[in-house]
Amino acid sequence: MLDRTLIPESKQVNEINFISPQKQELDNGIKVFTVNAGKQELVRIELVFENVNWKESTPLQAIAVSHLINNGTKTLSARQIADQVDYYGAFLQTDYGADQSSIKIYTLNKHLAAVLPILWSVLNESIFPQQELDIFKQNQQQSLKVSLQKNDFIARKNFANAIFGNSAYGSNIEVEDYQAIQRAELTTYFSAAYKPENCTIFVAGKFEEPEFNILNGIFGKEWSNKDASVINHFSFDSSVTGEIFIERPEAIQSAIRMGFRSINRTHADFPAFQVMNCLLGGYFGSRLMANIREDKGYTYGIGSAIVSMKDSGYFFIATEVGADVCSSALNEIEKEISLLKSELVSDEELDLVRNYMLGSMLGSLENAFSHADKFKNIYFSGLSYDYYDNYIKTVKSISPEELKALANQYLNTEEFTKVIVGKK
Amino acid sequence: MCQKVFGTSGIFSTFSQNHYAYIWQNYKFFMVDFNRFTLANGLRVLVHEDDTTPMAVLNILYDVGARDEDEDKTGFAHLFEHLMFGGSVNIPSYDEPLQRVGGENNAFTSNDITNYYITLPATNIETAFWLESDRMLSLAFSEKSLETQRNVVCEEFKQRYLNQPYGDVWLKLRPLAYQKHPYKWATIGQDLAQIENASMEDVKAFFKKHYNPQNAILVVGGNVKTEDVKVLAEKWFAPIPAGHKYLRDLPKEPVQTSERKETVVAKVPLNAFYMAFKMPARRDATYQAYDLMADILSQGQSSRLYNSLLKEQQLFSDIHAYITSSMDEGLFIIEGKLSEGVAMEAAEAAVWAELTKISSEEVTETELTKVKNKSESIMVFAEMSLLDKAMNLAYYELLGDAAGLNTEIDKYLAVDALKIHDAAKKTFVREQCSTLYYLTSDNA
Repeated sequence: MLDRTLIPESKQVNEINFISPQKQELDNGIKVFTVNAGKQELVRIELVFENVNWKESTPLQAIAVSHLINNGTKTLSARQIADQVDYYGAFLQTDYGADQSSIKIYTLNKHLAAVLPILWSVLNESIFPQQELDIFKQNQQQSLKVSLQKNDFIARKNFANAIFGNSAYGSNIEVEDYQAIQRAELTTYFSAAYKPENCTIFVAGKFEEPEFNILNGIFGKEWSNKDASVINHFSFDSSVTGEIFIERPEAIQSAIRMGFRSINRTHADFPAFQVMNCLLGGYFGSRLMANIREDKGYTYGIGSAIVSMKDSGYFFIATEVGADVCSSALNEIEKEISLLKSELVSDEELDLVRNYMLGSMLGSLENAFSHADKFKNIYFSGLSYDYYDNYIKTVKSISPEELKALANQYLNTEEFTKVIVGKK
Repeated sequence: MCQKVFGTSGIFSTFSQNHYAYIWQNYKFFMVDFNRFTLANGLRVLVHEDDTTPMAVLNILYDVGARDEDEDKTGFAHLFEHLMFGGSVNIPSYDEPLQRVGGENNAFTSNDITNYYITLPATNIETAFWLESDRMLSLAFSEKSLETQRNVVCEEFKQRYLNQPYGDVWLKLRPLAYQKHPYKWATIGQDLAQIENASMEDVKAFFKKHYNPQNAILVVGGNVKTEDVKVLAEKWFAPIPAGHKYLRDLPKEPVQTSERKETVVAKVPLNAFYMAFKMPARRDATYQAYDLMADILSQGQSSRLYNSLLKEQQLFSDIHAYITSSMDEGLFIIEGKLSEGVAMEAAEAAVWAELTKISSEEVTETELTKVKNKSESIMVFAEMSLLDKAMNLAYYELLGDAAGLNTEIDKYLAVDALKIHDAAKKTFVREQCSTLYYLTSDNA
C-alpha cells in the first residue's frame, strides 16, 4: 500500500553549468560575445550601448532615442522598417535601461542576411523625423497620465526619486518633460551614443563562422556616428528617508514600497544579501508572503528584491494591500524584519531556501538566451564567472549567524525610505 | 485569466519569474515529439523527452473554467485554484516540500481551463508526482485556508480590476457581449460578494465534480524518460478513483441581431472604447483565418490599425485588435485609447472604415506572407521554452489531439486572402457589435 505521507527521496542540485561565451572582435573593434548553443536555426543579436552625457535638464534624451531609433532613417521610413522586419518574421526590440540602451534582433538564421542591413540603417542613418517625435511625445504623455492613476506606479516613481534624486536612476519624469523634448537633443544624443566605441554585441543561438562573417561584413565597417561622449556615472549623497505618504482618498488598496540604496553585485556581501532577501521576500514561501498573504490575507502579493546597477543598487519591499489593513501590514513588515535581526533562522528553513535558490538558478539557465543574459550581468559589473561560483558556494554554506549579522548590518528600518500611496 | 501569483505585476517588476501564462498565449506553433498513454482511471498522460535541459516540468490541466460556474457563484473556479495550494489529504503544505527540492509552481484559471504547473530539477521529479497526485486524490479542506484565500482573491480583485484605471472593462464588456453563455462573467467573478460568500460545502462539491482523473490531462516534459514516467504515473496516479466524467451542457448564446452600446464614466485620464464581435470557437475550421486577420490588423508596427489610426490619422494613442481564443464562441476585440481632443464619433468612424476595408477588399499577398512568416518564426522560437511546450501539449490534447500542435502551422499556412475576406465580412457587422465607451469624467 502506497504511503502518501512519505516524501519521495530528493537530491540537492549539485552541478550547475554555465556556458561562457566565445569572445571575438569585428574589424572595427566592436567586441562580440557569442553563446553558440541550441538546436533551433535562430539567433538573437543584441547591440548594447552605454548611456552617456546625462543631463538633468533633458532627462528623456536617451529614452526618446531608444524609442524612436527605428522610426525613420535616410533610406527607410518607420513604416518600411516595420514592414521589412515583420516580412522576414523577425523581431526588432529596443530597450532602455538605467545604465545601457540596447537594440535586439531576433531572427531565423535563413533571414539573417536580409534583416541585418535594416538594423545597420537604423543604427547609422536614423533621422528622428519631427512627425514621429510629435506622435511619441503625445502618446507618452497620455500613457504617463494613465500610469499616474496607478498607486503602484506612483509609489515606484517616488521611491526611486527619494533614494536616487535627479539621476538617471531616480529621475522623477513628469508630463512636462515629454513636452520639452526637442528633436536636436535626439540627433545629438544619437551621434554621441550609438557608435562602435560605445557598443558591445551579445549573440545567442545558432551562430557560427558564416553568421559571424555576415555580421562583420555589415557592422564591422566604419559607422556614421563619431561624436565625443562621456559615459554616465553617478554618485549619491544621502537619501530622503522616513515616510512619504501620498494620499489618494478614493483608493481601495494602498501601495507600499520601502527600502534603501544598497550594495550592488560587485560587493562581497551581495550573494549573502540575496539569500537574506530570498528568506524575507524573494519567493512564494518567503516570510513576508507566508505572513501577510497566506496567513493574514491582506494582499494578493508581497515581495522584496535587491537590484544591482552599475553605480549603485537598491533593496525594496513592495506590496498592494487593502486600504483598511495598510497599517497592520506595515506593522507586520516591521515585525518580520526585526525577527530576522533578533532570531537565528532554523536549519530547516535555511535548507529550504538553499535548495530553492539552487533549483531556481538551474532553471534560469534554460536556453542560449538565458546563458547570454547571465554573462551580461557579470560583464557589465566587471566580474568573472567566479561570481557565480561564489554565489553558489554562499547559498550552500552561509550560516544562520551570518544571516542574522547581515540583517543587523543592512536592514535598519529607521533609515528606510517608506512610500505609501493610497490610505493608511 | 487569473494566476495564483501575479508574476509580472509592478511588485515583481525586477523578477522574471512566472510570466509564462502571458507568453503561452502568444506562442502558437511547435514541433514537439511526445509519447502518450492513458491510465485505467482515465487520466491521459503525455511525455515530452528533452535531454538538453537538466530540468523537468509537470503540467496538469483540468478541464474546468469559469464557464462551468453557477451564475450565483461566479469566480469560484479561480478561488478553487487558490485552494488547491492549501494542503491536500496527506500533505499539509504544498509549496514547502516543492521549494525544498528546488522547484517552483504557479497556476492560472481562464474562462475555459485551469492549469497547474511545476518546474523542478529533473532528478526530483517524483516530488512533483507525489504532490500533484495527492491533491487530485483529495484536498485537506481547511477552513483557515478557505478564509485566507477568500481574502487573497478579494485583494486580487481589487488590485487588478477595481483599483486600476480601466481595470473593470472586462467586468462590463462580457455581460454586454454575452447574454446567455457563461462567458458573460469574468474569471475573477462578477463581484466581491460572491467570493466572500463561498462556503466549504461549495468547495467540496466543486472538487468532486471537476477534479478527478477523467477531467485532467497530465504532461511531463524535460530530462525524463517515458518508461520512468509510466512507472511514476502508475504508482502515484493510478490508485486515484476515476470519479465522474463531467458532461458540459452550457446555455448557447443566441445570435446577436442588434447593436449594443454602453457608456461608463469614470475617473480616468483618457477616453477609450472597446468593440467586441462574436467569432467562431477555437475548434472551428475558420479559427486560424481570424487569428491571422487580427495579426494583419494589429500585430506590431507594420499593422494596419497602428499605421492608419495611430501614426497617420493620429486618432489613438493606443490601438489593438485581438481574439479571445475561446473554446466556445469567442470574441474579436478592438480596443483603443483616444488621443486628447479627438471626438469619439471620429475615432469610431475611423475604426469602422478600417473594418469596412478589410471586409470589402482582400488583404494583399505581402500582408499575408508577412503574418505567416511571423507565425513560422514564433514557432521556432517557442521551442526554446520547455514549459511552453508542456502547456501546449496539454491544451492541444484538450482540443482533441496533442498531435494537432505539430500540424497547427499547416492550418495557418492554408489560410488565403479569400478566407480572411469571408471571416471579415461575416464578423464586422454593426448588428453583431457590442461597444463599450469608457469616458473620462473630466469632459463627460
